[in-house]
Amino acid sequence: MKRKANVEIALTHIVARRKQTFTAALGVTIGVGVYLFMNSLSAGFSKFSRGEIFKNSAHIKIYKNDEICSPFIPNSKQDNVNVIVNPQITTLSKKIIDPENLLNVVKSQSYVTNAISQVYFDAFYNRGKAQIRGTGNGVNIIDYDAMFSTSKYMVAGSINNLQGNLNGIIIGSGIAEKLNLGINENITVSSSFGIVKVMKIVGIFTTGNSLNDQSRSYVNIATAQQFIKEGPSYVSTIFVNTPNADRSGYYAEQLQQLTEYTVEDWQTTSADLLSGDKTRSTLMNSISLSILLMTAFIIYNLLSSTIMQKINDIAILKATGFSGTDVISIFLMEAVIMGLIGTIMGMILGAVLIWMMSGIYMGGPVGYFPISFELSLFIQSFVLGIVITTCAGYFPARNAANVDPVEIFRK
Amino acid sequence: MNNREIILHTNSVGKYFYDPIKFKAIDDISFDVYKGEFLTLVGKSGSGKSTLLYCLSTMDTAYEGELYIKGEKVTGKKPNELANIRNCTIGFIFQFHYLLPEFSCLMNIMLPALKLNKYTYEEVEQRAYEKMKLLDIEDQALKPASKLSGGQQQRVAIARALINDPAIIMCDEPTGNLDSKNTQIVFEIFNRICHELGQTIIAVTHDLDFAKASDRTIELADGKIISTYENN
Repeated sequence: MKRKANVEIALTHIVARRKQTFTAALGVTIGVGVYLFMNSLSAGFSKFSRGEIFKNSAHIKIYKNDEICSPFIPNSKQDNVNVIVNPQITTLSKKIIDPENLLNVVKSQSYVTNAISQVYFDAFYNRGKAQIRGTGNGVNIIDYDAMFSTSKYMVAGSINNLQGNLNGIIIGSGIAEKLNLGINENITVSSSFGIVKVMKIVGIFTTGNSLNDQSRSYVNIATAQQFIKEGPSYVSTIFVNTPNADRSGYYAEQLQQLTEYTVEDWQTTSADLLSGDKTRSTLMNSISLSILLMTAFIIYNLLSSTIMQKINDIAILKATGFSGTDVISIFLMEAVIMGLIGTIMGMILGAVLIWMMSGIYMGGPVGYFPISFELSLFIQSFVLGIVITTCAGYFPARNAANVDPVEIFRK
Repeated sequence: MNNREIILHTNSVGKYFYDPIKFKAIDDISFDVYKGEFLTLVGKSGSGKSTLLYCLSTMDTAYEGELYIKGEKVTGKKPNELANIRNCTIGFIFQFHYLLPEFSCLMNIMLPALKLNKYTYEEVEQRAYEKMKLLDIEDQALKPASKLSGGQQQRVAIARALINDPAIIMCDEPTGNLDSKNTQIVFEIFNRICHELGQTIIAVTHDLDFAKASDRTIELADGKIISTYENN
């Protein structure tokens, strides 16, 4: 029980007014708990939707963009005629020249964790008269799986059956359903270049995204090259993964210096999804922050009324030699103690809410609600809780410091 | 009388009240208070005696003229410096006891000393017990302040005023709220404080018997000193 006078007074007040302390702490608890919970919801969902993006697309893709001829060719000599042409796409082929070399160069960069090449083609899946239009992906399925974990979505067969099987194909469950085809059955695939192949279904996948499931199929790169009448050096896109998705813009700039082809990071590709994400988290943030601010008013109110009731005590403290600074520190300490109790309880409340939410099954591709315990959010809530309650306590404390003892004693 | 040490000196202190109209509550007050003296300020209600005491106490700083405590000019000092002076040089006793109700009597007495931070916690505790013994209340030490009778509370307040061994003890109607028996006890304590311990007491009172028993009485009327007389 050896304490400084200010600490002694603050603690005695806190203990003597347990009920008020508890009420104030409870207010902070709810504020901090809801803040933590809502931010975890938002963070969890952002993580989920980002995961959705990376199901089919890597952090960075390298492809040959369409070239457009310059519409205006200015002439250096005055008397010559300026030539104006209609802007036109002048790309003859979307092929990447020497893709093996480029892939090796990209892979050798220290910030590249994984890189694969891919060949796209427009595919038509036929059975009898029925036809479905879709996209064929020519990939090295083992490398592709390492990047996009396709094996997770397999509902029949296995990705390993495709490896080295030039006549094999993995199709989406939507295609299989519509054409009434099962595993190990034959499917006729044709391309826009007029190539027709009868292929064997070695696997079926379901991603939960019906657009994907009804159009996408995977074949070997060589097979895809045949479909578009190209040689083994043709590659349409190179996908690159980096250690940190948030910095892919910077990595894309680095890669751009290595190649003439277009290097695009996922933030550019999925700008629409990202802006939606940003809007939602801003919304959640502002709602939860307002709730937290409301709890600050609980502290403010409670401390203000405490000070009004204790005005005689404050006068006597000042008369016996406690300075304004001492009075501020006493009441600020009380606010911080209330805030600390409330914040800690709030983090427990938030954790319980997160735990309960993570057990709720949402169905569909989402599964259980995408929410998790994030240390950074816990730290953020703690710091905000303490800072806000301290600020809320400072103003009434300053009023207390300005109490004029003479005015009180003269009454 | 003149060879005694001057503990408090005022030089033409005056104070105005502005509400509801400008009005001079105390006017051109100059006097000396000596070490070990028991001084009483008397006067009718509204004569300015309490106002003067609050000016002397350093709590009220809105006055004109100069105030010296222990030869040091305190007029114009910063609020935190004044708080320090009150802490170590001045003890207060009020008509209403103004104890902190959440604290035990012991803690009420100890707080100004803990604030002074000159002694360790154990020493402060021991000193508080000594003061309580002096006032014959040591058996009440651990009771909450609000559980005591009025006379006992006033004695706790006196012990609190004494804890830092202040040079001056200022009292505003210290016996105004007490019965005659307790008044007698308080008076005896005051006499001991002045004459045995050498501390100075400045008390505002309207109890003329109490004033007559002090060393010297200053009578105020309309903010001015109208007479000063030594009591024997």
